[in-house]
Amino acid sequence: MSGQVTYAGRKGLWDWLTTVDHKKIGILYLIAGGIFFLLGGLEAILIRIQLMYPNYDFVGGSTFNELITMHGTTMIFLAAMPIIFALMNAVVPLQIGARDVAYPFINALGFWLFFFGGLLLNLSWFLGGAPDAGWTAYPPLSSGHDFSDQGVDFYVIGLQIAGIGTWIGGINFLATIVNMRAPGMTYMRMPLFTWATFVTSLLILFAFPAITVSLVLLMFDRLFGANFFDVNAGGNVIIWQHLFWVFGHPEVYILILPAFGIISEVVSTFAKKRLFGYSAMVFATVLIGFLGFMVWAHHMFTVGMGPIANALFGVATMLIAVPTGIKIFNWLFTMWGGQIRFTTANLFATGFIPTFVMGGTTGVMLSVPPADYQYHDSYFVVAHFHYVIVGGLVFGLFAGLYYWWPKMFGKKLNETLGKWNFWLFFIGFHLTFFPQHFLGLMGMPRRVYTYQADTGLDLGNFISTIGAFGMGLGTIVLLINIIVSIRKGEPAGADPWDGRTLEWAIPSPAPEYNFAQTPLVRGLDALWTEKMSGNGKMLPAEPLGEIHMPSPSVLPIIMSIGLFIAGFGFMYHNIPVIIGGMAITFICMIIRSLVDDHGYHVKPKELEDGEKGVKA
Amino acid sequence: MVKRWQHVWRLLALTIVTALTLTGCGDPTLSALIPSGPVAEEQLTLIKLSLFIMVGVIAVVMFIFAYVIIRYRQKPGQTGIPEQVEGNTKLEIIWTVIPIILLFILAVPTVMTTFTLAKDYSEEEGAVNVKVTAHQFWWEFEYPDLGVATAQDLYIPTGKKIMFQLTSKDVVHSFWVPSLGGKTDTVPGLVNKMWLQADKEGVYQGKCAELCGASHALMDFRVVAVSPEEFDSWVEKMKAGPAEPTTATAQEGQQLFQQNCLSCHAVGGQGGKLGPNLTAFGDRQKLAGILENNPEVLKQWIANPAQFKEGNLMPSFEGTLSKEQIDALAEYLSGLKIR
Amino acid sequence: MATHHAVNGTLPPEPEKATLEGRNKVLGFWLFLGGECVLFGSLFATFIALRDQVNGGPTASELFQMPVVALATFILLTSSLTSVLGILAMHRNKVGQMQAWFAITVLLGLAFLGLEIYEFVEYYHHGHMLTSSAFGSAFYTLVGFHGGHVLFGVLWIALLIAQSFKKGLTLVTAPKFYVASLYWHFVDLVWVFIFTVVYLMGMVE
Repeated sequence: MSGQVTYAGRKGLWDWLTTVDHKKIGILYLIAGGIFFLLGGLEAILIRIQLMYPNYDFVGGSTFNELITMHGTTMIFLAAMPIIFALMNAVVPLQIGARDVAYPFINALGFWLFFFGGLLLNLSWFLGGAPDAGWTAYPPLSSGHDFSDQGVDFYVIGLQIAGIGTWIGGINFLATIVNMRAPGMTYMRMPLFTWATFVTSLLILFAFPAITVSLVLLMFDRLFGANFFDVNAGGNVIIWQHLFWVFGHPEVYILILPAFGIISEVVSTFAKKRLFGYSAMVFATVLIGFLGFMVWAHHMFTVGMGPIANALFGVATMLIAVPTGIKIFNWLFTMWGGQIRFTTANLFATGFIPTFVMGGTTGVMLSVPPADYQYHDSYFVVAHFHYVIVGGLVFGLFAGLYYWWPKMFGKKLNETLGKWNFWLFFIGFHLTFFPQHFLGLMGMPRRVYTYQADTGLDLGNFISTIGAFGMGLGTIVLLINIIVSIRKGEPAGADPWDGRTLEWAIPSPAPEYNFAQTPLVRGLDALWTEKMSGNGKMLPAEPLGEIHMPSPSVLPIIMSIGLFIAGFGFMYHNIPVIIGGMAITFICMIIRSLVDDHGYHVKPKELEDGEKGVKA
Repeated sequence: MVKRWQHVWRLLALTIVTALTLTGCGDPTLSALIPSGPVAEEQLTLIKLSLFIMVGVIAVVMFIFAYVIIRYRQKPGQTGIPEQVEGNTKLEIIWTVIPIILLFILAVPTVMTTFTLAKDYSEEEGAVNVKVTAHQFWWEFEYPDLGVATAQDLYIPTGKKIMFQLTSKDVVHSFWVPSLGGKTDTVPGLVNKMWLQADKEGVYQGKCAELCGASHALMDFRVVAVSPEEFDSWVEKMKAGPAEPTTATAQEGQQLFQQNCLSCHAVGGQGGKLGPNLTAFGDRQKLAGILENNPEVLKQWIANPAQFKEGNLMPSFEGTLSKEQIDALAEYLSGLKIR
Repeated sequence: MATHHAVNGTLPPEPEKATLEGRNKVLGFWLFLGGECVLFGSLFATFIALRDQVNGGPTASELFQMPVVALATFILLTSSLTSVLGILAMHRNKVGQMQAWFAITVLLGLAFLGLEIYEFVEYYHHGHMLTSSAFGSAFYTLVGFHGGHVLFGVLWIALLIAQSFKKGLTLVTAPKFYVASLYWHFVDLVWVFIFTVVYLMGMVE
């Protein structure tokens, strides 16, 4: 695998399957996550059509349960997280002035594990039915064979494989940020998106093992006849709820913190101002991450924990409003006194602020346990978490996508189409989810496939469905925009937005080695600092020289396929298939240990070419 | 300036609309916004308190937001670089301290009500104890102190505390009567407690709020709140059981019931507990929680229950019983009245 | 960039941290162990919640035999010591000694696994199985997960010893031994908790 293969010499599908380049892995995450996003969106539209009219007969109860389960699972694990990872891969190493991530091989492995886990989960549609116990998969509905079909096996195995991928991806970013920062890039000079990635990765590191264990328990119950959740054999179904939410609540912050980071970058760039209260922003990010581990039981107020636990978890949850509020006001005052340009990226970022405030405030309302007895598992909760996850995270991701698209692909997305994208999605979003607050309070439980006529729920549901179509249209416009951009997008140049951070100091798309010379960072907003000092580009921290790069490897994809095969073996109780699949994975690990990767060196000549702007 | 006032008006209008929808929205037998008992009232008070605080927060944010995006948008031809402000300690302290104060105002009544609603009245004079057992997809109600059992329609006296002990036979469900109060999960292997009270006579809709299978959406029940006197007489009549059928068809139906249905369904203290107790079936507000309770629908139900409630455990009797037999059964069941 | 090969066969005093790759590996491994703590923490919490749910089967105090468990504990703790001696030898650049100490570590690990299998077979004959009760499920999952970790460690260290015969001790192989010994300490530490929570607390009641 070693040798002097150059970047330009590797092309085509094989290159994509074997790449360990974080920028290419970012694009792979974006494509795979994007496809799953469309799938989850389609499921959402089908859900909304079924709920358009009372007693409507479109898909029926059991298919509806499959749709809601797959919609939630897909959107959280297979769409939102991968697209976050796409942006983290594309941007974080550039923002800290690194040539690469800490573990390029592990990074690729993380992607392929996620991909094959997601694939396995979605194959359930064709192999006897999708999981139908909700994305939270509460036992015994999910554990007892009397109550659920084989679909839940796909949930257990698919999420387990994808989860391991996410987990090692998180470790990779932690080590990258700790060890690979350029000279002068101190922690308190890191861009907010990098900070958010750091805290998010910490949350991934400590939260994902909890769901690994929950899934193991569920798998053992379902496949090997264990009794964790079998009440008749001494099991306890509440264990799942605790373990799931010990993971699940940090997961919510794993999703939203990167969005906070993106918004901080976009708002500051397009207001032409440095971020207001940078230190407070960093502090708030860390505090939110920390508190995120203390409040999991607020998802379980109605489960019978008693008033002491309910009151404690309720008040702890309220506290999170404080650092979140700090962030909101800091964004507002970043824009205060600026020269705000409303590009599409900034439209999404500014649209995020009021939307997220609404989602955050309903979050505080939900933290009041006695009131939560009414909200819990009603459409009020559905409205709340879509306000934070769509109005928060997805708006943030769209902002980030429009913002960093030029850096990832070298071309801008079309601004006119972008504006259509924003307004359709924004209006559609509020139309969909605002009425749901009231539907919940008016007595509509969550996850119902229908409702009775003349119960006051017709109008709200109808409006909600119309709104969902609007969001669908907005997404289609985004797709068209992407196609248009690939066909005949405007070349972006290195710094299309008058950027402030390091990623805008290098060509778009970034060359394989990112920085020909490692930059010297002399202040917060490293590039902006140099722009203000008059030289407009980064000072090098090292002389021009040969750059060492890691070799591509086919092992990550083969290892993931091994686990994918073993997963089917587990589901169908086929021991040879289990052994075969696991053997593939372990043999790859042994090869990886035995064969040293010497990598290859990029020659100075290529370097010079790179500097002149020849596309790598 | 004109534009700014437009925003203020818009905000005001929005607040009024919100307030209006809050005071009278939804079906009065189903909506948490139209409380009919002290628990739901306390909860609505907390909902309103938190909502008003939060609307205040949203208003402040929206005002600054609107001002900023209008006042500081880049003007055509504008050049130069805005001042690079690092922060402002005074402002940052303000927006840290004020939320803490607001949360404190919210936290005190929150904690107090959390404990009030968790009180156990099972031993108290005058309180009515009810044991609720949830099944896929129906509700079993027992009055352990009164020696009465029923299903689907829960009878309670007004003005009295009803102390529930909730559990489940199969998966996790959640017991929710929005207009009387919030929900509590019914968890297999555990017994949860909760109290509710109805101040007004009436029929309130109950829901299952935790995903429990294909017919989760159809797992409705009714709470029938009657005066204490009427409740006492209902209990007496339930103990006595329904009157014997008088017509020949109904008598045939009774025989068929004893041959085919008694292993799962009980009438007047006799029979199994796998399905709903049918002692006062003719009084039911709804058939199976969702359908109109008349003999015609009942016949269709008996013939093929799955067409109405997917995944319920009752077998189809289309092949087992003739059409005439089903008619007789329906006539017998519809006549099981005590009120 | 740091080079991969030791120059003239002389290694710096801490070869595992001499290169960026090495430092990344060590840092990442500590992070990995942090996550593993949550993993075992969750398994311990599950076990504690379910340890009295024997479903009519044998209880912990009826099952557990102190001599076997104490012997297993002694073996595993000793193996932790031998792996430390291996790393000390590595720091003194004594390849042969290092290989020997790690080989002893592997043998002790295998002995531990042998005892564990013996123990599980005994329990099986007493009707204590994964499927017999919630206690059984929690016990075999927790102790089995640890056993799986021991097995993985044994295979991993054996593989490292094998490749060290060919490659010797370099800036590439040194971090591998270092993190493998970190892993081994962690697995031992988990066992100390299992010994306390599962066995000692089980036998007291």
